[in-house]
Amino acid sequence: MNQSDGKVAGKVEEPVEAKDLYEARKNIYARSVTGIFANLRILGVALTQFVFYVFPWLIWNDRPMMLFDLVHRKFYVFGYIFFPQDFVYLTGVLVIAALALFLFTAVAGRIWCGYACPQTVYTEIFMWIERAIEGDRAQQIKLAKSPWNARKIRLKLAKHAAWFAVALWTGFTFVGFFTPIRDLAHEFASFSMGPWETFWVFFYGFTTYGFAGHMREQVCLYMCPYARFQSVMFDPDTLIITYDGNRGEPRGQRNKNADYRAEGKGDCVDCGICVQVCPTGIDIRKGLQYECIGCAACIDACNQVMDKMSYPRGLIRYSTENVMLGKFPERSMTAHVFRPRVLLYTAILTAIAIALGVAIYMREPLKANIIRDRTNLVRETDDGLLENVYRMQIINMDEKAHRYTLSASGMNDLKVTTNEAQPLLVEPASTRVVSMSLIADPENLKTGSIPVHIKIQDVDNPDISANEKTSFLVR
Amino acid sequence: MSDFVSDFWSLWVAGITLASVLGCGLFLWAVSIKRTNAKVETTGHKWDETLEEWNNPMPAWWSWLFYITVVFGLVYLSLFPGLGTFQGMLGWSSHGQYDDEMKVAKETYDPIFNKYLKQDLKTVAADPEARAMGQRLFLTYCSQCHGSDAGGARGFPNLADKDWLYGGAPETIEASITGGRAGVMPPWAPVLGDQGVKEVANYVLSLSGHKHDANLAAAGKPKFEQNCVACHMPTATGNPALGAPNLTDNVWLYGGTEAKVIETISKGRNGVMPSWKDFLGEAKIHLLAAYVYSLSEGK
Repeated sequence: MNQSDGKVAGKVEEPVEAKDLYEARKNIYARSVTGIFANLRILGVALTQFVFYVFPWLIWNDRPMMLFDLVHRKFYVFGYIFFPQDFVYLTGVLVIAALALFLFTAVAGRIWCGYACPQTVYTEIFMWIERAIEGDRAQQIKLAKSPWNARKIRLKLAKHAAWFAVALWTGFTFVGFFTPIRDLAHEFASFSMGPWETFWVFFYGFTTYGFAGHMREQVCLYMCPYARFQSVMFDPDTLIITYDGNRGEPRGQRNKNADYRAEGKGDCVDCGICVQVCPTGIDIRKGLQYECIGCAACIDACNQVMDKMSYPRGLIRYSTENVMLGKFPERSMTAHVFRPRVLLYTAILTAIAIALGVAIYMREPLKANIIRDRTNLVRETDDGLLENVYRMQIINMDEKAHRYTLSASGMNDLKVTTNEAQPLLVEPASTRVVSMSLIADPENLKTGSIPVHIKIQDVDNPDISANEKTSFLVR
Repeated sequence: MSDFVSDFWSLWVAGITLASVLGCGLFLWAVSIKRTNAKVETTGHKWDETLEEWNNPMPAWWSWLFYITVVFGLVYLSLFPGLGTFQGMLGWSSHGQYDDEMKVAKETYDPIFNKYLKQDLKTVAADPEARAMGQRLFLTYCSQCHGSDAGGARGFPNLADKDWLYGGAPETIEASITGGRAGVMPPWAPVLGDQGVKEVANYVLSLSGHKHDANLAAAGKPKFEQNCVACHMPTATGNPALGAPNLTDNVWLYGGTEAKVIETISKGRNGVMPSWKDFLGEAKIHLLAAYVYSLSEGK
C-alpha cells in the first residue's frame, strides 16, 4: 500500500471517466457440438438425470427406495432407514462431496461444472429443446432478429411450453423425493396437493425454467459460489482447457491447400467456431478466463475444424500451465498429476470414504436415549433402597419389529425395572418410550453421582445392542 | 402494563426513536450524490500507480432499499407497540397472541378430550388411547412432582401403588386433581416436648414393625392415644376424609427413619396439592384421573 507522493488524503482530485458497473446480458446462442467431450457430457446428463428422475419411482421392500420423509423424520435410502440421530452420516457424505470436488478440481479444473453440475445439465437439456424447435445457432439468431409473425410466435410458444413442461416435471420430481411420488402424482393430477407441496413444485419448476432457460451462464458468472472458489484450487499442473498459442499464432484465414507456414501463419484458421460453441460466450484463445466452465465444447469444435483442414488435432486441448510455459514436455504431464496436493486429497478422501462405508456397514438399527426425571433426582423406596427414575426412549430403526431387554452395569447389585413387561416390543421403524428405574442399596454407596451403563439388547439377535451412559444419584 | 414511572419517559423514548428513524432517512438524503453521467470525483488516494478511490454515488436500488427500511420502520411503529406506551393501531400484544393461540388449540383439542367426558372414569381407564393421552398430559403437568413413573417423591405421594391418602376411587382421584388437597399436620413439639416426640415416634415406628426402642414406644403409646388418634384413628390406619396417612403400613410420605418421623411429629407437615380446575379444565382432568386410576389397577 504505497500512496504516491505529494497526494494529500481526502483532497478531491481531477475527475475520471464514469463507468456504469452494470452490464446488460448479451444473448448467447451456443452452436451445437459433437465429439468425445460432448458425448461425455451427454453421459453425465444421462447418469445424473437417471438418478434424479427415476430413483423416486423405484420401490424397495414395498416402500419408496429413496424418500426423505421430513414429516416423520425418516430418510429411506435403499435398504436403510436413517433417523435424525444418524446425522453424522450426512456429515460424512458432505465431507466426501467437498473433498471429491477439491480433488477433481485440482486434477482437471472445473470438470464438475462442465459435465455434471445441475446448471450445466439443465441448460444442456433446455438447449436441446431449443435446437429441436428453433434450429441451431444461425436459425436462432435469424429468428431473434425477424419481426413477430405467426411462425415466430408459434416457435416461441412451442419452445416455452416445452421448457415449462420439463421444468414442471423437474419441480414435481424434486418434491417426489420428500413426498411419496405416487401419492404426489395422484394429488398433482387431481389438483389436491398441499400448500407446501404446491409451492415447492412450482418454485423449483420456475427456478429450473428461469435458470436453465433464461439465465444460463449468468448463474455461473454471478451467482455460483463454487465458481469463485474452484479457481483457488487450481495450480500450474491442473488440467485446463488451453489454446496452444505457439502453434496457432499468428492466426488467419487461408486456403485449405495453401502453404500457410510459408505465409507466416499459425494453425489457427480464425474461423471463430470456438467462440460460437462457448456457452459462456468467451474466446478461449485469450487464455484461461474465470468465465470458462471447463465444458470442452471448444475442444470438440476445434478438433473437427483441424480434421477438415487435415491439421493435427489438439490446437485447443486439455493441458496445463506448466506445459504451456514449456517447463516440461507434454508427455510427462501424467506424471505431474501425482503431486503432493492430489495425493493428499486422495488419501483423505479414501480414508473418509472407507470410514463412512464401515460406519454404515456396522451401524446397528437400534438407538436409545435416557432422559432422567428432572425434579425428583433420587427417591427412597419403602424398603429403604434408593431409586432413580428415567424415561427410556428406544428407537428401532429396522424394518422388522424387535424385542429388547435392558440390563445395567457400573455398580454392584444395580437392578433395572421398567413399568412395562420386558422384553419390550418396538414396532418397525418407530420409537417407544418406557419408564425405567434403577434401584440400589444405599449401604456402602458414597454420596454423589455414579456413572452407570444401560445395555439395550435384542432378544432374538444378541448382536444388536446399544449402550447408553447415564448416572445414578445417591443422596 | 406500562413500565414507565411517568408519561414523560414514554414520550422521551418515543421521541428519540422517531427522531432516530427520521434522522437516518434525512442523513441518507443529505449525503446522497446526484447521479450524473459527468466525470466522477476521486478522493485523491492512489496506490500502485493506477488504483484509485472513486467517489461514486451509491447504486440507486441500494438507496431505495434504505428509504424503504425507514418507511417500513415508521409503518411498523404505527401498527405495533414500540413507541413508549403507545400500543399500536392493530392492538397486538404478546398476551393477546397467546390467548388467541390457546383459543385455537382449545377448539382443536377440546372435542377430542370432551369425547371422554360423557364416559365413566373406569371405562376411560380401560381405553388404551385415552390412557396414552392421559400419560402425555401427566408427563406435562404432573411429573414434575409425582415423577414420570408416578412413583412420587419425598412429600409427594406415590400414585402408582394401592395406598391412598384420600381413597382410591376414581371419582376421589378426580376430586383431588380438581380441587387440590391440603394435607396439614400441626407441629406437636410445643405440646409433647422433645422427649415426648421421641417416645411417640418410636411408638409409631413400632406400629409398622420398624426398628424401635421398646421402652420409648411403651411410653409413647398413651401420648399417641391422647393426641394423635383424632386424625389417625385409634387403629392408626389413617383417615381418608382428612388425608391422614395410615401409620401401620410401610409407605412413608415424608420418610420412615426415626429422625424423619421425629421431624414430622415435632414440626408438623404442610402438604399442598394445587387445584387444577381453572388451569386444565374438566376434560383434561377427567383423562388424568382415569390414567392415574389405571396405574394402580391390578397391583
